[in-house]
Amino acid sequence: MKYEPRPEVKDDGLDESIKKLTPEKIKETIRFALDKECGARLKVYMDTCVHCGLCATACHQCISHDMDPKYAPVAKVKDTLVEIFKKDCKVSPEFMKLAARIAYIECGGCRRCSMYCPFGIDIAYLLMVVRRICSMLGVVPMYLQDTTNSHSVTYNQMWVQQDEWIDTLQWQEEDAQKVVKTARIPLEKEGADIMYSVIAPEPKILAQLLANAAVIFAVAGLDWTMPATDGWDNSNMAMYSGDFESSGRLERLHHETAMRLKVKKIVMGECGHAFRGAVYDGPRHIGQAYPAVPVIHAIEFYHDLITSGKIKIVKKFKKPVTVQDPCNTVRGRGLGGKLRDLMNWLCEDFRDMNPRFEHNYCCGAGGGVINCGPPWTRNRVVANRTKGDQINATGAEVVVTPCHNCHSGIEDIIKEYAPGTHVKFISELLVDEGCMEIPEHLRPGGD
Amino acid sequence: MQDFISGPLVWIAFFVMIAGSVYKITAMIKAAKQEKVIMPYMRLSFSLRSLKHWLLPYGTRGMRINPVMTAYAFLFHICLIATPLLLAAHWKIWGIQFPTLPGRLADLMTVIVIVGGVYFLQRRILVPYVKNVTSAADYALLLFVTLPYITGFLAYHQWFDYGTVITIHMLSGCLMLMMIPFTRIAHMLYFVFTRAYMACEFGFVRNARDW
Amino acid sequence: MPDYKDWNWEPDKKIIADVADIGNKYSEVHEFVVSGDGEKIAVPVKTGDGEFTACVNGELWDARFERLWYPRFGPDARLAALVMSDDEWTVGVDGSVWDEKFEYVWNTQFSADGGRIGVQTKKNFQYSVCIDGKPWENTYLSIREFQMSRDGATVAVLAQLEELSEADVFTFLDGTWGVVVDDKPWDDKYMNTWGVTLSDDGRHVGLQVRVDNMKYGIVADGKLWPEIFAHVWEPGFRPGTGSLLAPVKTAGGFALYEDGSPIWDSRFMQIWKLVFSPDANRVCAVVCPEFGRTTVAVDDRAWDITFADVVRDQVFSPDSARVAAITKDNNRWSICVDGKPWPVDFDMVWKPAFSHDGSSVVAKGEQDGKYFVAVDGRVWNQPFEMLWEPIMSPDGAKVLLRYVEGGKYCRRVMPLNEIK
Ligand code: SF4
Ligand code: SF4
Repeated sequence: MKYEPRPEVKDDGLDESIKKLTPEKIKETIRFALDKECGARLKVYMDTCVHCGLCATACHQCISHDMDPKYAPVAKVKDTLVEIFKKDCKVSPEFMKLAARIAYIECGGCRRCSMYCPFGIDIAYLLMVVRRICSMLGVVPMYLQDTTNSHSVTYNQMWVQQDEWIDTLQWQEEDAQKVVKTARIPLEKEGADIMYSVIAPEPKILAQLLANAAVIFAVAGLDWTMPATDGWDNSNMAMYSGDFESSGRLERLHHETAMRLKVKKIVMGECGHAFRGAVYDGPRHIGQAYPAVPVIHAIEFYHDLITSGKIKIVKKFKKPVTVQDPCNTVRGRGLGGKLRDLMNWLCEDFRDMNPRFEHNYCCGAGGGVINCGPPWTRNRVVANRTKGDQINATGAEVVVTPCHNCHSGIEDIIKEYAPGTHVKFISELLVDEGCMEIPEHLRPGGD
Repeated sequence: MQDFISGPLVWIAFFVMIAGSVYKITAMIKAAKQEKVIMPYMRLSFSLRSLKHWLLPYGTRGMRINPVMTAYAFLFHICLIATPLLLAAHWKIWGIQFPTLPGRLADLMTVIVIVGGVYFLQRRILVPYVKNVTSAADYALLLFVTLPYITGFLAYHQWFDYGTVITIHMLSGCLMLMMIPFTRIAHMLYFVFTRAYMACEFGFVRNARDW
Repeated sequence: MPDYKDWNWEPDKKIIADVADIGNKYSEVHEFVVSGDGEKIAVPVKTGDGEFTACVNGELWDARFERLWYPRFGPDARLAALVMSDDEWTVGVDGSVWDEKFEYVWNTQFSADGGRIGVQTKKNFQYSVCIDGKPWENTYLSIREFQMSRDGATVAVLAQLEELSEADVFTFLDGTWGVVVDDKPWDDKYMNTWGVTLSDDGRHVGLQVRVDNMKYGIVADGKLWPEIFAHVWEPGFRPGTGSLLAPVKTAGGFALYEDGSPIWDSRFMQIWKLVFSPDANRVCAVVCPEFGRTTVAVDDRAWDITFADVVRDQVFSPDSARVAAITKDNNRWSICVDGKPWPVDFDMVWKPAFSHDGSSVVAKGEQDGKYFVAVDGRVWNQPFEMLWEPIMSPDGAKVLLRYVEGGKYCRRVMPLNEIK
């Protein structure tokens, strides 16, 4: 089989940034990153890998490229870190550009391959080390860097202004009241049980999801709040771009905000990477082993509302449905079982994906890949034909996924491989599709 | 010469292997402690829960979707370790009597190691994504690892000049022992630790399965 | 700060408002707030279709608004709320609204005596601030932090001073953010600016900046400290001085610096949240002595005890001798005083307060949905439906409780030794 070279893609974040680099600066930066920030894991992984290639069969990118060797997880390490070691860090700016492409675009850090490597070598971590180096050198895909910049300035990922945030919540509160008359989005309610946090695309482009949340909270009768200050966004692209300082800073504010509001836990909207950031990477970036405030993902939250009877399911969604396990809730929290429960409770014709649970393939958008923006969209879709095949095999018309990255990633994929299919969040089934009971006395006009 | 190889050299080889391995593992644990984000998350129960799957043939999904590779990998590694340990001839060097393998079975196991080696070799040559990451060192390693078995097989069957073959056999065996901590064969040592770390990151920290 | 000695400290219990009645009267009743002296309780209520106002001690403001939220009592017990009429926002203070209207206003701030009230504003997609109804002349592309000096005379904000088009990562590197003090922007621009702080007299301004991708610094009065750091956190001025302290990350770990030089010998994995003693001679901070453990360090000495989850809200005793802080371990909240943890823990706990002589610590805690007062690690067996943080009397013998019990909001001053 003849494999194609990588298609040319223009991205100023890589093409222009490398022009400022000198081999000395590169060497000095890499040395610092490897000597000061890495240790046992890097060394042991590099010494242990036997180059067996078993990880290749795990990676959706490699499979989608007909097992093209350059997309094998081990090859991604060979072409980046191994090369760096071989050359004693004396690598060229051009090399850094390729390394960035491999680390940011060709690996989404989904960690599926560590479940297929006999030694559990954490390829995603190794490529995160490469991302860290790239970030230190300023060689980051432009849109991802812009998102990180937004985080560093605004503490949210889409440059949402403080007033836009509050205004959107107030307006969504009104929308929610059209469904449940008592619905509120209680802002800055000190001492509430729950702080609900979301990612910036919700206020920016998917505001109805906020109204959906308000409806669910109102029906369940919960004591909750949202902040009217920065710190409301739980997303974290800085941890993916390799800017761990910004990552720590924004996660700190997220948890600080919850503690300022005196809540007992943070419930987060349907997003996978945000869970990872708030629970694992973020705390570690500021020296904490565990998150300051317990964080509950929407899957667990809905599951709990249904099993405790706080909300009731009165209708099942009719169309054939499949489900995409977000990497960060399944490999990242083991929520595959609860997600299946929800699907079975909410859908009449649920058709599972194969492979599933921890073995599910990444949507290809996670790990910051989709945030690398339009220049890389085509690339991303081609690199995940596997997911298209997987969805088609189920024959489902709707893909449900409780994650923003998966949502957008799958949308691009089905456009190409499974036209006619749609993507939905769980809250859309609960509220928009009417699966959840809205008691008569809570409806506008009802008593 | 012969006396040195079957006497002190064996001692030296074992000493180097054991001391080297102890050194490597201690160094690894020390480094792991320094890295801060490893030890706080290590839990024995989660390590064992996962290792159980990784030590059993076909215990993980990865093994099941690569059935042939799994068969070779298990047989190769079992025979590679068991044959020399359970061979009567080896214990004689130390003057120890031990319930050992019948020669015919040991011979078969040696053949399995050699065939396994050939299987890995062809994989390295024929499977593009393996070939791409294979370097000369990987071929050399395969050779060094299988050489004691090839020569052991030849010696047992007394093919070629026994004296020469047995000398190479013993030399290569000692060499392999000494190589364990200092080359990629160290994956034997690290396996438990790297797998256990992942088991804990998946199981203890993230409530997920890694097999 | 208005002298809290002037508050009514006579031991007495007074019912101020019938909270349950307010709840029944209006179709929507939002979150209650109380004044520091406990004499007032306010809440936004819905008085009709799309009609809101503030209800203070059961009485409504005269004006009605399409929206009213974020009611906050200033230190002088005046109530300021953000109000909207005819799609225009402004601030209502004790029932009268500012003349100036905006597309949006938020983040109400008070000077220490409550005499001045400020908000952030937005008009025509431009951002600014407005103090006591008088807006600044200039507007900015964005404003994210807003600080008033204690006397309210000086206002500093962090503002975006350069246009930045979508995904322009290169201009961003050159610096687009800066400081504006009393409507006058400083010359220097930075990649990032955070944590702007003012000295007590408002004459000095400090903040954290990011000068380059991996380079962080502290700026005092427009001048960058000569040393550049791997990271920095919120700086703070020593009370009554122009001397700036900040946690900075050096090669050996986080260090505490004052005016550009280290003042602590210890290095930690983390240092943040500086708190100064009332006499300005001492400083404490939350520190991580090792990964995953956190505690308080006072003047370069960390407490021996460490906690897994959280340490925050440290306070010095009025005599500057002791320190108390909130802690959380194993998801249970408690208080630790001078390194000695209280024997009780809670579902949630509020910032502790020392008595005037420093001998007692009081705090509000929550357990199973009820609120309690705890003194020196003992919980008073008296649950409340709602409770605000207890305040110690100036003589340290009494405590002011503000709470709701049986649907009534009460203000009660009682001797500390009666809380058992
Ligand atoms: S995308 Fe996932 S499977 Fe592929 S190399 Fe990265 S972590 Fe491994
Ligand atoms: S499966 Fe593991 S050991 Fe084999 S090549 Fe991949 S990373 Fe290396």
